Amino acid sequence: MTDQLTTDPTKPAQRIGAGSLTVPLIPWVLAAALLMVLPFIFTANSAITIMNQMAITIIFALAYNMLLGQGGMLSFGHAVYAGVGGFACVHIMNMDDFFAQIPLPLLPIFGGLMGMGLATIVGAFSTRKAGTVFAMISLGVGELIAACSVIIVAFFGGEEGISGDRTYGMPFFGVEFLQQIEVYYLIAAWLLISAALMYLYSRTPLGRMANAVRDNPERAEFLGYSARWVRFFSFVASGFFAGVAGALFAINYEILTEENLNTTQSGLILLATFLGGVGFFFGPILGAIVFTLVQTVLSLQTELWAFYLGIVFVVTVMFFPGGLAGLLMMHVPAMRLGKLGRLGVPYLKTLGSGAIGCLGAAGLIEMTFHLRHASAGDHSMTLFWITFDSHTILPWIVAIAVTFVGLGIARRTAPALAEAWNEANTPDGAPR
Amino acid sequence: MDLILVNLIDGLVTGLLLFMLSAGLTLIFSMMGVLNFAHASFYMLGAYFAFQISLYLGFWMGLLIAPLVVGVLGAGVERYGLRRVHQYGHVPELIFTFGLALLIEELVQFIWGKNQMPYATPEILQFTAFSIAGNSIPAYKIFMIFISIAIFIGLLYVLTRTRVGMIIQAALTYPKTVEALGHNVPLIFMGVFGVGTALAGVAGVIAGPVLGTFPGMAFVLGSIVFVTIVIGGLGSLWGALVASLLIGWITTFSKAYNLRMEDLLTWLGFTKPEPIWDSAWRDLWSITSPQIADILPYILMVLILIFRPYGLFGKRDA
Repeated sequence: MTDQLTTDPTKPAQRIGAGSLTVPLIPWVLAAALLMVLPFIFTANSAITIMNQMAITIIFALAYNMLLGQGGMLSFGHAVYAGVGGFACVHIMNMDDFFAQIPLPLLPIFGGLMGMGLATIVGAFSTRKAGTVFAMISLGVGELIAACSVIIVAFFGGEEGISGDRTYGMPFFGVEFLQQIEVYYLIAAWLLISAALMYLYSRTPLGRMANAVRDNPERAEFLGYSARWVRFFSFVASGFFAGVAGALFAINYEILTEENLNTTQSGLILLATFLGGVGFFFGPILGAIVFTLVQTVLSLQTELWAFYLGIVFVVTVMFFPGGLAGLLMMHVPAMRLGKLGRLGVPYLKTLGSGAIGCLGAAGLIEMTFHLRHASAGDHSMTLFWITFDSHTILPWIVAIAVTFVGLGIARRTAPALAEAWNEANTPDGAPR
Repeated sequence: MDLILVNLIDGLVTGLLLFMLSAGLTLIFSMMGVLNFAHASFYMLGAYFAFQISLYLGFWMGLLIAPLVVGVLGAGVERYGLRRVHQYGHVPELIFTFGLALLIEELVQFIWGKNQMPYATPEILQFTAFSIAGNSIPAYKIFMIFISIAIFIGLLYVLTRTRVGMIIQAALTYPKTVEALGHNVPLIFMGVFGVGTALAGVAGVIAGPVLGTFPGMAFVLGSIVFVTIVIGGLGSLWGALVASLLIGWITTFSKAYNLRMEDLLTWLGFTKPEPIWDSAWRDLWSITSPQIADILPYILMVLILIFRPYGLFGKRDA
C-alpha cells in the first residue's frame, strides 16, 4: 500500500509496480490487529471517543483523496455528501418500523447510497471540467446545500439539527450498541472495509484511468477514454464513501446539525488530507490521525490551536507539497541503501533544536496573546507546566532566548544535515 | 415607486462594493489563472488596518494608508508565497490561498480578538443626504457609491488608455512575447496582485463601518465574491461589474419585497395541503423571498454553470 500511484513517465520503476494487481496483505492484517487491540491499550472513555472520531475522519479523508489525490479534483464542498448521508441515516433511525428490521451495522450502506445519489446529481454537471471550474462549482453547491439546511426544516431540522437513537435497530447477534466500545468495533470494521474497498478501487482500471486523467486529460482522451466520465465515476464513488463516513458519524454521535455540512467542515477535511499527503494512499490516514489529535488534544491545551494549524498548513503547501506521507517516503531510498541510521544523529541535532526553538516561539505567541486578551488584572499564566507572571520581563527573556538559541542551532547544523542526507542517498562507491 | 428607488440605491451600494472585490479578483485570475481564495481576507485586513489607523490619525488617513499597506502585503504574498507554489500547479495554488485565508482569519483573531471593532463612519459624513418619501439616505452611502465609481473609471482608464495598462493587457494574453520585448513580466504580475489586493483593501475600509469589522467578515463576503466572478465569467471585468450589480439588486429586492412561495404555488394551480404543519411539503409552502435572499446568488451560479458554463461574459476558450 506504499507504492505511489503515478503515470509520470519519468518514474518507470513505479509504473511497473503500479501495473501489478497483487495486493500486499501484510499491512491490512497488521491494521486489523491494531484496530482490535487499540481499545485494550487506551481504555479511557475519552480515548475511545477520540479513536471513533479519528476512524470516521480517516474514512472521510480517504474518500476525499479519491478526488484530490487520485483524480486531481479539488473540492471545497465535500462535507455535503458526508452530511447528507448522515442526515439520511438519522431519519432512518427515526423510522421505527423500518429501523427495527435492519441491523445497525448495515446502516452505513444507506448513508453511502444517499451520498452517492447526491454525488450523481451534482457530478452530472460539475465534473465536466477539472481544476478551477470544478472547485468553484463544488464551493457553490456546498454553500447552497449548507444554506438550504436552515430552510428545509423537514429534512435538516433547521438550527438545532436532528437526533435519533441507534439502539432501536434490530440487535446484531445480540449486540444493541448501547456502549461506546461496541460502536468502536462497528466503526473500526467499517474503516477496514471501506479503506480496503477504496484501495482496491484505486487498483482497478477505472482507478488507474482517474490517475491518467489527473495527469494528462488530453492524452487520456486520445486513448479513447472520456475524461469527463472517468471524473464522474470517481466523484460518485467518493460520494459513496463520504456518505459512509457521515453515517458512521450519525451512529456515533446520534445527532447531525448544519455544522456537519458547511464549508468550514469541507475546509477541514481538505486540511487533514493535504497535511497527510495526497500522493500516497496512506497519506490521508496519517493526516486524519494527526489532525484529530491536534483538534482534540491540542485544543484542550491552547486557544490558539487553529492558528498553529494554519501556519503548519501554509508551510506544508509551500515547502512540502507531498505532506507527511511525502516526507516519510523521501527516506525510502536511504533505507534501501541501508544507510538510514546515519541520519539519526544529524536529525536529532537539527530537528531537535529546531523543535525547541519552535516551542519557544509558540511560548512567545501564547504570552503575547495572554498579554493582549486576558482579563484585566489577570497576570498569571501557565505554560509548559510552569506558572508565571506574564507582565514581568523574565519569562520574555527566557522565551526569546530559547527561541533564538534553538533556531540558531538548527540553522547552524542544517548544512551538516544536508551533507548527511546526500551521503545517505548515495550508494557506496558511487562517484560523488 | 419610491420604495423601488430606495432599493435601487441600496442594491447599487451592495453591488458596487462587491464589484470592488471582484474586480481585483478577476484581474488576478485572468493574469495568473489562479483564484485568490484569500481575496476577501485582504478586504478584512483593510478594514482592520483602517480601524487601527483611524484611532490615531482619523478616518481619512486610514482610507489612504490602509489600502497601501494591504497592497504591499498582497505583493509580498505573491512574491514570496504564490510564486513559490506556482511550480506545483494550479490546484496547490488554490490550496495555498485557501490556507492563507484561514491563517489571516486566525491572525486577525489573535491580534484584535473575536469581538466586533467599534469602527464608525467619520462624523463629517454622519448626516442624511436626502430622503425619498420618508426613507432617508445617509451621506455615507452616497460617498460609497462615488468612491466605487471613481475607482472603476480610474481602473478602466489605466487599463485601456495608458501605456502601463497596454503592457498589462498584453502580458495577460502573451506573457512570453511581452517578456521577450524586454518587460519584466513577474514584476507586472506582482504589481497587479498588489493593486488587486489594495482594491480589496479599499472595499474593506469603506465597508467596515457599515457591515461591521469582525473576524468573520471575510467569510461572509468571500464566497459571494467567487459566485460573482463565476457568474460574470472568469477573467472578465465587465462581467464582474454586471454580475455584482445583478447580485446586489437581486438580494436587496428579494429582502425588501416579501414574496411568498404560497402565492406562487396557488397561482400555478396547486392546492395547499391541510393541515400544513404535517405535510412533507411544508417547507416548500412556507418559503418567503427574504428567507432565500442570501442563497439566490448560489442558485443563480449553479444555473449559469449548467446552462452557460463560461459565465455571462466569459470567453469560450477560457
